[in-house]
Amino acid sequence: MRAFWALVRRDLRLSARIGGGGLNGLMFFLALIVLAPFAIGPDLNLLARIGPALLWISALLSTLLGLDRLFQADEEDGSLDLLQAGSLPMLALVSAKCLAHWLTTGLPLALAAPVLGLLLALEPVQLGLMSAGLLIGTPALTAIGAAGAALTVSLRRGGLLISVIVMPLMVPILIFGVASANAPLLGLMEASTPLKILLGLSLACVTLGLVTASAALQERG
Amino acid sequence: MYRFANPTFFLALAGRLILPCALLAAALLGWGLYMIFVLAPDDYQQGASVKIMYIHVPAAWLGLACYGLMTSSALGSIVFRHPLADVSGKALAPIGASFTFLCLVTGALWGKPMWGTWWVWDARLTSVLVLFLIYCGIIALWEAFDDPLRAARPVAILTLFGSVNLPIVKFSVDWWNTLHQPASVFRMGGSTIDPAMLKPLLVMAAGATLLMLALYLDGMRTEILRRRVRSLQMKQVGQP
Repeated sequence: MRAFWALVRRDLRLSARIGGGGLNGLMFFLALIVLAPFAIGPDLNLLARIGPALLWISALLSTLLGLDRLFQADEEDGSLDLLQAGSLPMLALVSAKCLAHWLTTGLPLALAAPVLGLLLALEPVQLGLMSAGLLIGTPALTAIGAAGAALTVSLRRGGLLISVIVMPLMVPILIFGVASANAPLLGLMEASTPLKILLGLSLACVTLGLVTASAALQERG
Repeated sequence: MYRFANPTFFLALAGRLILPCALLAAALLGWGLYMIFVLAPDDYQQGASVKIMYIHVPAAWLGLACYGLMTSSALGSIVFRHPLADVSGKALAPIGASFTFLCLVTGALWGKPMWGTWWVWDARLTSVLVLFLIYCGIIALWEAFDDPLRAARPVAILTLFGSVNLPIVKFSVDWWNTLHQPASVFRMGGSTIDPAMLKPLLVMAAGATLLMLALYLDGMRTEILRRRVRSLQMKQVGQP
């Protein structure tokens, strides 16, 4: 367990020291949200209607942002081999790296979402749901992304490929994330229903994603 | 069983099977088309546009079936580490992607006159589109590696990961009550399709399956030969 937390701390420190790491994703998120009203027009009703979708898509894109370096940086300088030879099993190793990635991307996004939701004229109840949905859903995005990153770890230019591989698999998370935030607006169902489905999906995706990522790293030739 | 796993034996077998498969596929598809356009009745509601079904449904079945086969190939590559399983997975990806694409296109052509729209974001349609995107991702990953031998493992893992989508595609019409009609051929309590339409459909499905088989065997044979050429070239250049 100490090795696990040491690895998390190492990755957090790395992301903080190399180019502001964690904050970059947040700035990207902010830039996307600010761009949207310019592209769509400042119609508040329209923005409120599509706001949750915009926030979720931005969150998805920000998660994808740093993925290509998630394992590659360690693979290139050999530290991944060292870690693999250490006491930590591969699955724990992957989990630690994903946890650090989520702490620097998913968590800040979930915390910032209510503030940015104000810019998109979301209802107060939607702001809370947005935050809750992102808190539940972003770990799954990270884990699925980690699977893509691990599969393309030995490729020079894997960045675009990761997105191609990973985005279709993120569709269910997106659907139920947006559905939960839109539920009070549309009034078709309780917001807790899609939120529970999202939670179940997220747990399944985290498990599958982490196992896939560690299998892919173990099999890397 | 192990004899079939020998690439040389497989090449000989495939070489003998491809032509009969292709001819039989052509015959069945020809017979099916004759039945569709001459014998089978028009639908009382849909008119002649129901004939799209005879292409659409087999394409959808095969799009799913190819992914199922690819999943078992992926298991073969990961568990038994057999090169023939890698080759099988690689040959299946473009075939499955093509059938899925065909299914989407014929579905859109059918949807326009019947539902009044080319496309709706209905559960079945969306999950089939996701299946197509996963196929594209798998093909892209195959192409991304310089050395096809090194691509096999990652692609196999991705294939297994993507197979989660298969049951979603299959059962999406039962789980979500949406525009696409529920399963009507293989269902509890028998098919709901009239025999006059079911028979041409099954003939078309058999023909399309044989076509898939011929393309599959040919794709595998080509891939094995391509790999042999590659290793010969490598030897010539003097690399191990």
